[in-house]
Amino acid sequence: MATTRQVEAVSAWRAPLLFAVLAVLFVLEGTTSNALFTGSWNTSLAILNMGLISGIMALGLNIQWGYAGLFNSGVVGFIALGGLAPVLISVQPVEGAWGAGGLRMIAAIVVGLGTVVLASVLWKRISRKMRVPAVLATLVIGFFLYRFLFDPAVDAIEANQAAQYGNIGGLGLPVLLSWPVGGLFAAIAAWGVGKVALGLRSDYLAIATLGIGEIIVAVLKNEEWLARGVKNVTGIPRPAPYEVDLQQSQDFINRASDWGMSAAELSGIWVKASYAGLFATVLIVLILLAELALKSPWGRMMRAIRDNETAAEAMGKDVTGRHLQVFVIGCAVIGIAGAMMITLDGLMAPTQYNPLRYTFLIWVMVIVGGSGNNWGAALGGILIWFIWIKAEVWGPQLIQLVTSPLPPGDIKDHLLDSSPHMRFIAMGLVLLLVLRFAPRGLVPEK
Amino acid sequence: MEPLNAFVVFLNFVFIPAAAYGAQLALGALGVTLIYGILRFSNFAHGDTMAFGTAVTILATWGLQAIGLSLGPLPVALLALPIGIAGCAVAMLITDRAVYRFYRKKKSDPIILVMASVGVMFVMNGLTRLLIGVDEIRFADGARFVIDVRSFREMTGLDEGLALRTTQVITLVIAVLVVWALFWFLNRTRSGKAMRAYSDNEDLALLSGIDPERVVRMTWIIAAALATIAGTLYGLDKSFKPFNYFQLLLPIFAAAIVGGLGSPVGAIAGGLIVAFSEVAITYPWKRVAEYLGFDTGSSLLQLMSTEYKFAVSFVILIIVLLFRPTGLFRGKSV
Repeated sequence: MATTRQVEAVSAWRAPLLFAVLAVLFVLEGTTSNALFTGSWNTSLAILNMGLISGIMALGLNIQWGYAGLFNSGVVGFIALGGLAPVLISVQPVEGAWGAGGLRMIAAIVVGLGTVVLASVLWKRISRKMRVPAVLATLVIGFFLYRFLFDPAVDAIEANQAAQYGNIGGLGLPVLLSWPVGGLFAAIAAWGVGKVALGLRSDYLAIATLGIGEIIVAVLKNEEWLARGVKNVTGIPRPAPYEVDLQQSQDFINRASDWGMSAAELSGIWVKASYAGLFATVLIVLILLAELALKSPWGRMMRAIRDNETAAEAMGKDVTGRHLQVFVIGCAVIGIAGAMMITLDGLMAPTQYNPLRYTFLIWVMVIVGGSGNNWGAALGGILIWFIWIKAEVWGPQLIQLVTSPLPPGDIKDHLLDSSPHMRFIAMGLVLLLVLRFAPRGLVPEK
Repeated sequence: MEPLNAFVVFLNFVFIPAAAYGAQLALGALGVTLIYGILRFSNFAHGDTMAFGTAVTILATWGLQAIGLSLGPLPVALLALPIGIAGCAVAMLITDRAVYRFYRKKKSDPIILVMASVGVMFVMNGLTRLLIGVDEIRFADGARFVIDVRSFREMTGLDEGLALRTTQVITLVIAVLVVWALFWFLNRTRSGKAMRAYSDNEDLALLSGIDPERVVRMTWIIAAALATIAGTLYGLDKSFKPFNYFQLLLPIFAAAIVGGLGSPVGAIAGGLIVAFSEVAITYPWKRVAEYLGFDTGSSLLQLMSTEYKFAVSFVILIIVLLFRPTGLFRGKSV
């Protein structure tokens, strides 16, 4: 990888200072109302919540790119897989779904995975001549057996209370448990992908992960038995109180009037602030763990592999093995963030998983924040998210300002109408400018 | 007659659509492969370049339609195509000057160029949306069919009809012409030979006095032309929607890699392989099998549902990479 990474040190105050600037931005958003800011704590906290989750996503990607130089362009897939966890873990069970096809479904999945494992074992064990026909026969027979088990199971589950559910349902466990499970889902998938794709060269890996990302999203959109597909799962349980319950509590109404707010406003802020507390805790714990790992001999080895693969290999380091390890860890972190996002939304909607937003925007966050630096990645995540959201307001205003000398007409209308798309251009320009003029990001690696 | 009917169904639903789609993918993959061969990075912005070129073409089409031009049975977009190509080429040259040249001079790691292409992808995507919006646009005019189902049935007396759309014929004809022109250019002209020499061995080419910046400019212009043609043909055949073009990135890369990155013949073969496998694996073969005398019961004989066509390209890509890391036609690796 690049040899220019370790250059002159930057001030130790840089990161805290930038975080302070970020805090000021959120305070301004919460307090002042003008052309740039809304002056509502509700908006400010809403941006902060998704910003913290984005920070975790960026942290996960940074573990892969910053520590090991792996180009993962399938981030959206791992976010989506993590998002499956709240549905399967914490939503209430669907009556009759397991009876309808649960066991058959499990059998199908076991047969499917078994076929793949058997094929790879055969490939290694059998003599060269018989290899191809044997593996091919296994795969074909396995595929038909799998479809024989799978199709009726799907039909049975989807036919069960189809209007309301039509899916296998969840386990009804606490939603916080689904966060680590989301990480686990993503990690398992990452292990599979890594096993296949990590032997590839850097940009081949990028393309392979692009494919896996698309496929995971396609599966979530189409497998209705799993999470209702595009019919969406709503009402995912919350780790925080509901606004309605708060508004009905007399204590809460009194407190709101003490603070000079309506109960409706305070309840919104209250709920968002409790989410923010949860998310910030997870983010800080993950950053601390990541920092500990980076400062350990393991982290030094990772960076040595990144900076010079050949030398590291000559020193007896298992490059492919380490890459697999770091890929799985990074994806697990991304999966946790995916589960948190679905918990925050209370809604699993697979159509939202757009790679521009959930893969490439996360890349912008890491590059801008400072690849290789965990605090930097988290900072980039929150900052870029803030800009991304505010660009929706700032973009049209900017265009209005620019087009004000134009006479009213079609061209002006067209420009004003399409101003929301300015955000893509803005993000692309930010990425290009940072890559060119500050390739080490806002908070460079130490 | 039954086998004939089966054959017509096969032609109608598998062969013709796959051939047209394969030609579009092949043109896209040729662009990717050319950029990889000369500039040595995977251009993630290629899908959005296609969208941008097509958007310019559509605007030009509207302009030509507004002044009352018509090509009879052919779509007006064919006349607008050169304008689209010119617009796209200018955009590519500006991008190269503003973005890629810096990294090329610095001899940056290829992955940095890939990342820069992600930035370009964002900007191109935004520009296209700004230019033409996000809605689905159909811009094919002229005759819809060369042969439609009813007249085919009346002509042949078969139970099954065959529909051959004008856009499919145009796609195949133009694709053949473009490929022929490209190979003629690469094999016969001085500039083409310079490009091949530069792609094979950069140092040797520099030593023999080839101007690298000129080669790079040629590459971008040709890539812009290929992307615009591929995008316009795809848009005529299906419809234009910026996001779909972004999603074409995967089958296009799959095609280029299956054939071997940097190999033009490979790109064409790869495009056809990916397209035919996608269509064959997601098509329900029930009717074909029944005409051939098989009793299929309730099964549709569909291996995978249509939504998983990306999965097909991905699986092909992985299988080829596992067994032949540089593709079927032994492409380049940096």
